[in-house]
Amino acid sequence: MFAKVPVLDPSSPREAKDMVTQALELSERFGLPVMVRPTTRVCHARQNVSCGAPVRLDRPAQFHKDPRRWCATPVFVLELHRELNGKIDAVAGLPEFAPQLTAGDGSRPGVCIIASGVAWAHTGDWLEELGLLGRVDFYQVTMPYPLNRDFMKTVRSRYEKILVIEETYPVIELQLADARVQGRTSGLVDRAGELTPDVIRPVLEKFLALPVRVAPAPPGGGDRPTLCAGCAHRAAFYAIKTAFPAGIFPSDIGCYTLGVNLGAVDSCHCMGAGISQAAGFYRAYVAGGGEFPTIVATIGDSTFFHAGVPALVNAVFHQARFILVILDNATTAMTGHQPTPQVGVTASGEPGHPVFIPDLVRASGAGFIKEADPYDLPAFLDLLKSADAYCRSPEGGVAVVIAKHLCLLDKEARKSQAVYRMDVSEACTGCLHCLEDFECPALSLDESDGRVIIDAGRCVGCGVCVHVCPEGAITAASGVRP
Amino acid sequence: MKQQIIVSGLGGQGALTLTRLLAEAAAAMGLPVITSETHGMAQRGGTVISMIKVGPFRGPLIPAGEADRGLFLHPRNLAVHRFYLREGAGVFVNTATPGDYRSLDAQSLAAAQGLPPVAANLILLGYAAGRGGLFAGPDLLIEMIAARTPERFREASLKAFQLGIVTAV
Repeated sequence: MFAKVPVLDPSSPREAKDMVTQALELSERFGLPVMVRPTTRVCHARQNVSCGAPVRLDRPAQFHKDPRRWCATPVFVLELHRELNGKIDAVAGLPEFAPQLTAGDGSRPGVCIIASGVAWAHTGDWLEELGLLGRVDFYQVTMPYPLNRDFMKTVRSRYEKILVIEETYPVIELQLADARVQGRTSGLVDRAGELTPDVIRPVLEKFLALPVRVAPAPPGGGDRPTLCAGCAHRAAFYAIKTAFPAGIFPSDIGCYTLGVNLGAVDSCHCMGAGISQAAGFYRAYVAGGGEFPTIVATIGDSTFFHAGVPALVNAVFHQARFILVILDNATTAMTGHQPTPQVGVTASGEPGHPVFIPDLVRASGAGFIKEADPYDLPAFLDLLKSADAYCRSPEGGVAVVIAKHLCLLDKEARKSQAVYRMDVSEACTGCLHCLEDFECPALSLDESDGRVIIDAGRCVGCGVCVHVCPEGAITAASGVRP
Repeated sequence: MKQQIIVSGLGGQGALTLTRLLAEAAAAMGLPVITSETHGMAQRGGTVISMIKVGPFRGPLIPAGEADRGLFLHPRNLAVHRFYLREGAGVFVNTATPGDYRSLDAQSLAAAQGLPPVAANLILLGYAAGRGGLFAGPDLLIEMIAARTPERFREASLKAFQLGIVTAV
């Protein structure tokens, strides 16, 4: 709203598809960026849609030089802002983006419900089930910003009791600017969190004075997700916390955020933040005059490309001392296995010019750069310790360790590595170290004899857990595939 | 026609596969369908749930106490997701332990037939379809499996589904 970008709120995947066309037309007509804003449940939903023929624009790229339009410098910015205000006023007057009314039958005069996006969908489903669809005026706001001017007049003049249900911030409420509006600002709708059907139902009951439906409460619980069996991130995390039991471990966003369950991730904020936080921790401890703890930041390879490079340059330049472990599995595992720039293949499968992480790290000025496969746990542990020694040496700074091992969700990667036949011997004391500190999903406790067992269906035979068992009870026999 | 189904399991058990098959079946029947899925963590062993809403629904989520059918790929999930089911809903659980639901030890059935553990999802689906509990009949689902499964898994997938049907009748 304060960026003055028109926004369209789809209530379903089908509507999202249709709105992209409308948004593009609006954008072209007014020379404005237009945002289509599906919230979580629209993004995570699937629906049958019909597809039209693709429209080819067939116009060559041609840039017309016009500094008055394209250079937001102090000379032009005032006029540009006035122009933008004029465009937004014009968009607010377009009848085709005015809220859609499902009219009531007059039995509840002066009452209306206004909703947008998926919250409109959930509200509509409830009204239908309650037999209230067509009994009370119910508006779908398809463009929450700028809110249609005539609609705002209608709401203010026609209704006394007004309910607004919208994700995420109360943008419609703020524009209506009417004390009679109930919603997130008045507190009738929870000010935080997703508007699921189970959140919306009690709101409707209160607003329309309906009998309260007693719904079963979610009991909670469930299994937390964990890194896959054989995931090299697990080996890297295990080495990090073993090498530095008193360390601080800022991290980032990806599969490896699951390291929080392994005690090897202490923070996760926005992409790239882990490296800046590591530099900040170092500065804060030094400023305090005490010894600085070993700080190990972890970041995935794709996240490093996306947002880690500026933070690394800044950390090196300002002489921070910490270890950065770049977890390089050659893919974007959490979001659908898009290749990284290092792979040299674009997301659409075409060849790209590869960009190498070690080159980027060297260019940042970091004085310690080593690559290693965390599967070789003892060697990786030694490497981390030498990285720490570098950080603490007189000429030390940021030490970068690139932990390289392919993501095993890639079937080809799995086929390319050695597979060991894993077993647990009588020497297992049931100390649970491997379950609690390594947490491989293929390991579990056999309650009957108090020993750890290996689920052959889930074990990928990586052999890393051999190094984890303090009793040496986990054994690896080669032979399945060398 | 309206039917609201939840598919509950652990990441990697094939809850999304069942969700998509059911959605394809609804689309093939000309019914409107909308589904909601757990993403991101889906392959990493955590508790996941998908919802399939067949019929003229607007939103993708099923409210607590409204689901007509529940397919539970893991018995542990019953405690977590049963609250979504309405009174009298059809509940199908992959477990050897009988209870106030229809149980089927799909894991053991798969193992006995030389099928991989992940085939338990289609065995359970076949069982639910064989019991006549789903909006789509077994024949249509077989057609969907044949059409939508990559060739190298097709035979095993169809075998698993048939195994479920046979167990149901």
